[in-house]
Amino acid sequence: MEARDRLLLVDKLVTQFFTYGGVVEALDEVSFEIYDGEILGLVGESGCGKSVTAASILQLVQKPGKVMSGRILLNDEDLLQKSEKEMDAIRGSRISIIFQDPTSSLNPLFRIGYQVSEPYVYHQGRPKTVAVRQAVEILKKTGLPDPQDKASNYPHELSGGMRQRAMIAMALTCQPDLLIADEPTTNLDVTIERQILDLVKDLQKEFGTSVLWITHDMAVIAQICDRVCVMYAGNIVEQTDVWTLFKEPCHPYTVQLLRAIPSEAVTVDELEEIPGSVPRLIRPPTGCRFHPRCSKAMPICREVKPQETDIEPGHAVACHLFTETEEHA
Amino acid sequence: MTANLFECLKLTKYFPIKSIFRQIGKVHAVEEVDLAIPEGQTVGLVGESGCGKTTLARTLLYLLRPTAGEVLYSGEKVGEFPRKRLKAFRRETAIVFQDPYSSLDPRMVIAEVVGEPLVIHRIAKGEDREDIVLEILERVGLKEEHMYRYPHEFSGGQRQRLAIARALAADPGFILLDEATSALDVSVQAKILNMLSALKTELGLTYMFISHNLNVVRHLSDRIGVMYVGRLIEFGTREQVFDNPVHPYTRGLLLASPSLDPDDRNRPREVALEGEVPSAINPPAGCRFHPRCPNGELKCEEDRPALVDIGDGHLVSCHRHDSA
Repeated sequence: MEARDRLLLVDKLVTQFFTYGGVVEALDEVSFEIYDGEILGLVGESGCGKSVTAASILQLVQKPGKVMSGRILLNDEDLLQKSEKEMDAIRGSRISIIFQDPTSSLNPLFRIGYQVSEPYVYHQGRPKTVAVRQAVEILKKTGLPDPQDKASNYPHELSGGMRQRAMIAMALTCQPDLLIADEPTTNLDVTIERQILDLVKDLQKEFGTSVLWITHDMAVIAQICDRVCVMYAGNIVEQTDVWTLFKEPCHPYTVQLLRAIPSEAVTVDELEEIPGSVPRLIRPPTGCRFHPRCSKAMPICREVKPQETDIEPGHAVACHLFTETEEHA
Repeated sequence: MTANLFECLKLTKYFPIKSIFRQIGKVHAVEEVDLAIPEGQTVGLVGESGCGKTTLARTLLYLLRPTAGEVLYSGEKVGEFPRKRLKAFRRETAIVFQDPYSSLDPRMVIAEVVGEPLVIHRIAKGEDREDIVLEILERVGLKEEHMYRYPHEFSGGQRQRLAIARALAADPGFILLDEATSALDVSVQAKILNMLSALKTELGLTYMFISHNLNVVRHLSDRIGVMYVGRLIEFGTREQVFDNPVHPYTRGLLLASPSLDPDDRNRPREVALEGEVPSAINPPAGCRFHPRCPNGELKCEEDRPALVDIGDGHLVSCHRHDSA
């Protein structure tokens, strides 16, 4: 793989939520990088901190949540140091996001064309009529049938797949450097999901946008991402390229997770289970957060949090099974 | 050859669309479906949203009265059941729904939720009832201490266990699982799927499993039916339908489903499903798949293809296989 420029660096990001029940340690020193023109997958189960990561990058963490420490560098500018006004100029223009549910992200009272054209008016200062014409152009690129016609429709007149295309169009209006896709295909049928995956891949090639693709679906990761970060309970436990992840997963969580998914290739009578359930993040398990459920847990796992270690270039794992060997050597 | 627990003959369900004064159209939710569910097997039903999977299943259980056609339960016509027999039929069949948050009454404690079928069917009361509830809770992996808690105290996976416990309470022979694992995370889903398989063997249950997740259906089902806009277009064993699909829609659906192998991302797709599913209010004439079919012929636009056996009980509704 050729060396590519780094677009975004997330370094030791800590985000917490101060609830009446206690402090929820939603993100615990999350670090990763996104390079120019790549699709990075962020995968994990409900409540592992995927969406909080996205919200933290965009500085959209709502109270009682707060980004406590860490750095988020977009082309070497620290987003955490930006004022609200500066962030406004970045959101929707340099970083944009598509959400899971296009129905609730679109305003039901405005026409599709108007909503898609808003970033042109806001960020680029185009006159409204020009902006709507541009919106039709970008809607055409997302493969929406009859874009001219659909631009004058209201969201309820479009199907789920079409609304998601409109959301993608809106996110791409200003040709952002980074597109965050937060479970954009979870509510869609497989055939429509496939169309959206193909569309994002094509548009990503055309615009050269980097994508952070958030999902709980390993199969979607396998089909679209270049590299993957696996999250568990607010930590990134493994990050590597997509082929290594599926062929030689290293972290016990990744290994067990992949075995728990029914696959089309092998038919088994019984799926492997991960014992226990996802921990609450108010007073999470000490040491490695996965140790209570891990089949390979050692005494050290309960006490010391494992650091991410490169086991080979581009393949990092946060697990004592892999740090230990290094100490001995 | 095992006997069929359920059989439906040309089962049809239309929903009327009414304006204030008259009917102005109808939704062709399910149309002339012939389907057999052999006793002790799991029949999976796949298809996209709105293709009629749930309507078919509910009509099968007579929760919806069919517009036309018959449902046979152990060879008897359900439509002609007297009240008493219908109530017994209700006891012998159960449902688990997709969303365990809305399908459990938040004001009832678990002993009441799971014990309600026992009350309704007058099976047991008082301490007997609690004993039965406890036994069932243990079967689905819950404990005695859970009996007097409210649904909100449970996680999504536990709630789905509760929903399954309630379905099992009146000792049914047939359970309809309508997207029962769709709302769950994969690690929880694996546990529920394993539990369902174990229960089926232990209690000799028959399942109908509805899901849009093809890999989950493949995992659990013995036989699989594929629906498209209200019609059953392919039916057969798991191997017949998923490993050797014949209908172009089934092939397209299987190829569209994301695979866990990253090498598959570049696999050529002979059938790429373009466009969207047509509306069931004005479905296309002839074969309903013809507007999206890569090999549509003139005949497909006019004649509706029948569901024919192309060998060993593999049923397909496509003109290209009529002659077989």
